[in-house]
Amino acid sequence: MSGRRIQRDRKGGYRLRLPQEERALLATLPAQLREVMQTDDPSLRRLFPPAYADDAEADDEYRRLMREELLEGKLAALRVVEESAYAEHLTEEDLEGWLGALESLRLYLGTQLDVSEATYAEELDPDDPSAPALALYGYLSWLQEQAVEALSAGL
Amino acid sequence: MRAAAIRGHNECVSQTIEAPVEVRLPEEDEDYDHDRPWIVIVWNDPINLMSYVTFVLRKLFGYSKEEATRLMLQVHNDGRAVVSSGEKEKAEFDVARLHAHGLWATLRQD
Repeated sequence: MSGRRIQRDRKGGYRLRLPQEERALLATLPAQLREVMQTDDPSLRRLFPPAYADDAEADDEYRRLMREELLEGKLAALRVVEESAYAEHLTEEDLEGWLGALESLRLYLGTQLDVSEATYAEELDPDDPSAPALALYGYLSWLQEQAVEALSAGL
Repeated sequence: MRAAAIRGHNECVSQTIEAPVEVRLPEEDEDYDHDRPWIVIVWNDPINLMSYVTFVLRKLFGYSKEEATRLMLQVHNDGRAVVSSGEKEKAEFDVARLHAHGLWATLRQD
């Protein structure tokens, strides 16, 4: 089996070629993030960024109007991964859900780990207590890259 | 980053060319000016993949691969890029769509 996990098929859908252990991992991550999203964990800030950088009043209004919709969209994407983690084929809509869920997971994890642009390329130090989380972040980045590539081919 | 305002008052005079039944009062917010478009800025961040940013710009705004790549590189190298502009409602809508895709976007009047 090649390393490629997501491949566009001839019918406009996508083949999901994931080993069982990766599917098992991906099936459990959405519930974990969903739980965090019910808290005010500061590492969620990149999922709900400000719309107005210098106008707190306008930003409060934007959040009042948009936050619920933004939250709903992110939760819907997490559900797609949960429901199709063991699927062999994904529709384009499914894969867009995967892309969104991978994005939310990376935004949360990357903020929590305070990653830099170089983090993805760095070797992991086994003595670093963050090494498992960094490995997960790296894996999700690698998988998201493939989702982007597969979806870009359809644009 | 609010710009100085003065121009807004003069606008009101020129708006009463035909049938000047009532003169519109200046907006409460003195910064408001119909002539200056609102711009949507995408900011650099260490998490979003370059390929992902390019994909989102193509998908949301219909940019060609080349134009989306140019904008993405501007974000990456200069720290930010203006990706769309227009009336306030449109700019806010674009920001919301970018937020839905995880990008760090803000709007302000140019």
